[in-house]
Amino acid sequence: MGLNSNTLVKLKNAGYQQNNKWLVKGVSLEVEKGKIVTLIGPNGSGKSTTAKIALGIYKKIDGEVEKYTNKVGYVPQKVSIDWTLPLRVSDFMVLTESLKDDAIDEALSLTGVVHLKNKNLGNLSGGEFQRVLLARAISKKPDLLVLDEPVQGVDFTGEIALYELIKKISEQLNCGILLISHDLHTVMSATDHVVCLNGHVCCSGSPSDVAKNNEYKALFGEQAAQTLSIYEHKHDHIHSHEGEIKKN
Amino acid sequence: MFDDFFIRAIVAGIGVAFVTGPLGCFVVWRRLSYFGDTLAHSALLGVTMAYSFEFNIAISVFIVSAVIALILIQLQRKTNLPGDALLGLLAHSSLAVGLVVIGFLTFIRFDIMGLLFGDILAVTVNDLIIIWVGGALILLVLKLIWKPLFASTVNYELAEAEGLNPDRAKAVFTILMAAIIAISIKMVGLLLITGMLIIPAAMARNVSDNPKKMVLFSIIGGLLSVIIGLFSSLEFNTASGPSIITASLILFVLSLLKIKQSIQLKN
Repeated sequence: MGLNSNTLVKLKNAGYQQNNKWLVKGVSLEVEKGKIVTLIGPNGSGKSTTAKIALGIYKKIDGEVEKYTNKVGYVPQKVSIDWTLPLRVSDFMVLTESLKDDAIDEALSLTGVVHLKNKNLGNLSGGEFQRVLLARAISKKPDLLVLDEPVQGVDFTGEIALYELIKKISEQLNCGILLISHDLHTVMSATDHVVCLNGHVCCSGSPSDVAKNNEYKALFGEQAAQTLSIYEHKHDHIHSHEGEIKKN
Repeated sequence: MFDDFFIRAIVAGIGVAFVTGPLGCFVVWRRLSYFGDTLAHSALLGVTMAYSFEFNIAISVFIVSAVIALILIQLQRKTNLPGDALLGLLAHSSLAVGLVVIGFLTFIRFDIMGLLFGDILAVTVNDLIIIWVGGALILLVLKLIWKPLFASTVNYELAEAEGLNPDRAKAVFTILMAAIIAISIKMVGLLLITGMLIIPAAMARNVSDNPKKMVLFSIIGGLLSVIIGLFSSLEFNTASGPSIITASLILFVLSLLKIKQSIQLKN
């Protein structure tokens, strides 16, 4: 991966430590226009940390980050909205960028929540809020989208539709996407490049390359390796809280 | 027109209310009421400095409060003490030092009650200029930093990730807090300034479903509090600050009825 004009963000041997403990170390990756890079790994493996390094939220980092765009859309893993702040969905949509009313409607329609436009943010369900978060991130037509588990809490059919939407958006806007997900098989069919993290980069490459990797198999198990190489399979396993995959 | 002390007080109070309305919303949203108290306590030190060096009170208070705010930010970075302990440390030590300095200023007759609780008799034409010009400047700067400040109030990481520079907005807001305390100290008094910031905003929260409405109602609540408070201060010969704050409390209690109503509507 050479540096070219399509590069949006590039991490070189980046790491971040908190209270003398490394959250993640030695990560190198690059997100280009029109490409989807997916970070996978168990809980606590440094996926969100890597995203925050790429976004410039963490400043005292090891290594280097080169960011070539300021048009960024971000869906964080956790957002808590304080009740002291009265906030409707339409207010939230224009949080970081002023938008025309039809642009707000368009983005909310894409994620299927335009009917919630005038609702209070605190009254939404988890899945509805997640759809609003995604709509907000795409509404500003960013060059770079960073999506940290963007479909958590969304119902199963909605999940598939939203992943299709994410893929469509990357093509339409020609934006680069850094995606974090636990759901291996839904995501992988849409991914150009996979980075498997476990405190460091344990392997990376195309989905099929990663699936063959022994470290990956050790981390996720044989079942997950099959998931990666065969996209269209039945949902015959469950995901435990630790992010492991268990056969039913 | 400004010959009458009462007219001066009303015009000054209206100017103050226009600024405390929006700033007060941020104080409520960002949970800064104790921070406001700390700056207000340090204002006493600012006043004594003004008397000692024969300097303008508002400017002196502004400088001392801003310095205290900067010290606070430094202490938060350099020590492991919790935020509220640091605020308490600065609030009470600056108040104490201010009172000690007053003890040394035996050559000046000090109206300590007026300082603590506000004194409408003390508002001069000069003060009016400071309040209105200073207030307009505060609102202008607030408008400029509104987007990053508001976005980071909702979610810091979103604001930072999407390039809004929330740290700069926060630093500027701290300076604005020092400024509003400086211009409103004569009206409300240093013990009650935070009330003027919080109570109208809290009232507005009860009757608003979006941030802009809350700012608007907070301004209206502040204006009503000032007007009702000052008229009753004149009528009953009570101190101006407590009268204004009592008026705002009554408005807050009335706004609770609206909450009760909307809960009943939901059911």
